Amino acid sequence: MAEVEETLKRIQSQKGVQGIIVVNAEGIPIKTTLDNSTTVQYAALIHQLVLKARSTVRDMDPQNDLTFLRLRSKKNEIMVAPDKEYFLIVIQNPTD
Amino acid sequence: MSDKPHKKNTSGKDATKRRKSTASATSSQKSFKGKTKTTPAKKEDTPTTPTGSATESGPPDDIFPLVLTSKTQELFQCRADEDLTQDNLHKIIKKEEILNDMKMRAAVSDFYPVKQMVMNYPGEELLLVFDRDFKYGQSFYLVGTEDTKERILHPPEPSEEEGVEEEDLMETFVYKTPEPKPWESLGSDLDIEEESVKDSRCKHRYKISRKRREFGAPVMFTDRNASVARDGYIECTSYPDKSFCVTKMEMDTGIQAVPQLQETSTQTKWKYPRNACTQYVPREFTDEEKENFMNSQSLKDFINSVALRFEIAVQQNEIMDAFFDDWKALREDESTFGGKTDTHLKEYQSFTDLYYSKDKAVSCINWHPTIYGIIAVAVSERLSFEDRINLSAKLVMTPSLILIWSFSDPIHPQLLMECPDDICCFEFCPSDPNIIVGGCINGQVVLWDISAYAERLQSTRTGGAKHTPAAVNALPGFEDKNVKKTPIVRYCAVSSIEHGHKAPISDVQWLPDYYEISRQGIPLENKNGICVQIISCAPDCSVYFWDIRPPNTATQAMTDRKKLEEKHLQNPQGIPNTFKHLDLTWKPLIRVGLPRIETSGEYSALKVSLKDIFQEGRLHGITDKSRAAKLEKPDGGFDYRMLRVPSAKNLKTQEDISTTFFVGTEDGDLVYSDFKMEKDSDSGKLTSSKPSHCFVIHDGLVTTVKRSPFFKDIVLTVGGWTFAIWKEGVMNGPILQSSASQKKCTVGHWSLSRPGVFFIGKEDGNIDIWDLLEKTHEPSQTQNISTGQITCIKPWIVSSKQHLLAVSDEFGTLHILEIPWTLRHPSSNEKLSVTNYFEREVKHLNYSEKRREFREQEKRDMDAEELRRLSEIVHEKTAEQLEEEVQQEFREYLKLEKHILSDMGLIKPAEDTPLPGV
Repeated sequence: MAEVEETLKRIQSQKGVQGIIVVNAEGIPIKTTLDNSTTVQYAALIHQLVLKARSTVRDMDPQNDLTFLRLRSKKNEIMVAPDKEYFLIVIQNPTD
Repeated sequence: MSDKPHKKNTSGKDATKRRKSTASATSSQKSFKGKTKTTPAKKEDTPTTPTGSATESGPPDDIFPLVLTSKTQELFQCRADEDLTQDNLHKIIKKEEILNDMKMRAAVSDFYPVKQMVMNYPGEELLLVFDRDFKYGQSFYLVGTEDTKERILHPPEPSEEEGVEEEDLMETFVYKTPEPKPWESLGSDLDIEEESVKDSRCKHRYKISRKRREFGAPVMFTDRNASVARDGYIECTSYPDKSFCVTKMEMDTGIQAVPQLQETSTQTKWKYPRNACTQYVPREFTDEEKENFMNSQSLKDFINSVALRFEIAVQQNEIMDAFFDDWKALREDESTFGGKTDTHLKEYQSFTDLYYSKDKAVSCINWHPTIYGIIAVAVSERLSFEDRINLSAKLVMTPSLILIWSFSDPIHPQLLMECPDDICCFEFCPSDPNIIVGGCINGQVVLWDISAYAERLQSTRTGGAKHTPAAVNALPGFEDKNVKKTPIVRYCAVSSIEHGHKAPISDVQWLPDYYEISRQGIPLENKNGICVQIISCAPDCSVYFWDIRPPNTATQAMTDRKKLEEKHLQNPQGIPNTFKHLDLTWKPLIRVGLPRIETSGEYSALKVSLKDIFQEGRLHGITDKSRAAKLEKPDGGFDYRMLRVPSAKNLKTQEDISTTFFVGTEDGDLVYSDFKMEKDSDSGKLTSSKPSHCFVIHDGLVTTVKRSPFFKDIVLTVGGWTFAIWKEGVMNGPILQSSASQKKCTVGHWSLSRPGVFFIGKEDGNIDIWDLLEKTHEPSQTQNISTGQITCIKPWIVSSKQHLLAVSDEFGTLHILEIPWTLRHPSSNEKLSVTNYFEREVKHLNYSEKRREFREQEKRDMDAEELRRLSEIVHEKTAEQLEEEVQQEFREYLKLEKHILSDMGLIKPAEDTPLPGV
């Protein structure tokens, strides 16, 4: 557990990172650094988006798979790394 | 075959009247005869039927025409026209008689030709018919056959058939019950007999019985398999018998086509709406589950595999912004490149009234905070003090006014506000734009309430020369002639003359609605949500705080109360009594004096600037509606009489509001003071504290002390021939001070959209536009607006595309200018740049201060040394001392020489040239 925490802390300490969420395959958050309502919202919405993105990639080429998803908006950037069982979501504010 | 009897029967039924008796008689005979005659009749049938039908064509075979002599006639009683009349045409003659006649008379007999026929005639009687019409050529004819006889006797079927329909129509049918007739066997009885079962022999009877002794014997039953034993049982198995295999090839069924009628009904279920709600809750894990997950190996692996990707990505963002469009960013900077017209202030509109603002100067401008296109202008006489006194009689007659202009009508002002005397400055109340406070030249603070005309002002936005709704609704003939004239609003409250200022009020401002000042000068929480306090200053060396709420009755003096009661009755001009409680009895809340710091006397304040003051220049909404709503009257506006000055104990002290302020004086000083009252230890009275700093800067009256809308601690002061920018907290001096310009600077104002830009108005009608990021030694632009002195500058942001600048001059004209894009659009990071600039300036200031100090110190040191040296020369030096001194000097010189030479590398360090002997 300590290992996991350490790694997450390392990512969290990078400049501009606003929050980290670890979500299981169903979209239920496991670990988060944000408040509950935001976490739940992010988890649900991002989960759906990742599934869609993954299915898109695999439809184009079944040998392919989604490794990383970056969603950049005006205010921040959302990065998602999907896996078989978990997702890791990181929200960063890229400029300053 | 059966035709005959059938015919007979019918003929029997349908017997006519004519043949009734004979028919009945003959019918029985005929029926009998019919039996025997059936067979021969068969043969004769075929020839007879055609003849029967064709009675008209020629004499048929069985009709024998005869001539009967009269003798014969007498014999047979068939005399013509006597026995056989028309009606009675037929005569039955016995065969025997005819034969006898023939025997007797032989060839003479009339019947001779028909002899053969008669002899062959089967029947007993022959029919003789009187042929009156000579149908067959003779007068009589004899019927040769029985059939024909019958036919003629009993009018046959043809005639009957023909006549059936006629008879039906003509004659009424008489029903005769059928008479029973003896049964005629037609052969069916033989069939029946064949079918019926009769005993062919009598039945045999057998009786079987057991022997008596065998009765009652014990019995023993056992099972026996019947199929095993032979002949155990005899069965008669069923088998399909072909003879009974009758397949129904045809079936005779009856079908009836019947329209199917079905009656059904349906009922719709009434769905009635029901209120229902659902609530969902997101799925979450409990803490233990989360712990489990965190400890699981799979999560560890996942995180390890994923962490690297993230680090790369996150750091990427830090390194550079991948989406930053450098090309576009370049473009923004280049837009400052433009023609002259792009950078100049364009004339938008100008207002002047020929009657009201003729020969008058505009003393103050203010934009209406909420309604677009409304601007208020205070006009005052351009007279010096002496002239005022001399012409005071005339001045009393002409009313002093504030004109309210609307963009839609540049010729006629929309509203005129009457003042007791010339107004030097005025302000719209930020929370209620219908309340206006003004500072008068006689030292009074004046309040107006224009709520009644707010609608009129509002409507001028939409229409050009549209009249107020009152004009439209009025009946013809009853129109108010004054409607088209500009309405004049009288002030609704003035401050008390004794307690107010003693000099013309030069500056008046509203305090923002989020705090209020108590009697001790402590800022407290403002529970009302609206602006209730005013700050004013005048050259009588005082800064006053006023409260528009009615004072507590306990503190009111008797005289004041009386005045109040008196005033209650008089309300001749229909002034709104919003501030009736204040009229003429209004006393300031706090009096802040400005005693001089070092010397005695006081500073005469001209302009005041608080740190926490309402930022003007934008359209505001009412700031705290929730609190202000309590005070709202039903027709809009606030009920100020409801407010009460609260006790200071009940309200929270606002820690973040600063109580310090800047004051610009008549002598060109900038005074920094605090309005918190201190309790004087001696007398126990509250006195104002001494100002902390005073800066002597300007060479004339300070006309403007204004805070920057972007930086709360940056102040612009304009006075004399210079202007200065100050930072609150930096007490060394101004951050920036301009050089003396050619003409006097009369007024200044910050730009509302660009942090580094401000406008300075000059004596010659020019406006200098300064841009701190462009040039700091001279204005970036100068533009001439009018020929007279600029008296007031007020910028205003209408929309993001339109920024206006209101400039007034001493000729009474108000110019509205449009600020071009270059001057209103801040460059990228302008605020940051300006902040940096100010910081640099502060540092520079501090540095220069330090350097100055250092210099001074140095100077002092140098002076001291100088002094010391001078004093040393007084002492006489002995020769030895002198020689020693000289020697010392020489040694030092040599050392220096060696040092230099060794540095230059001309002598080796080890070598030591012996000094020449001295």
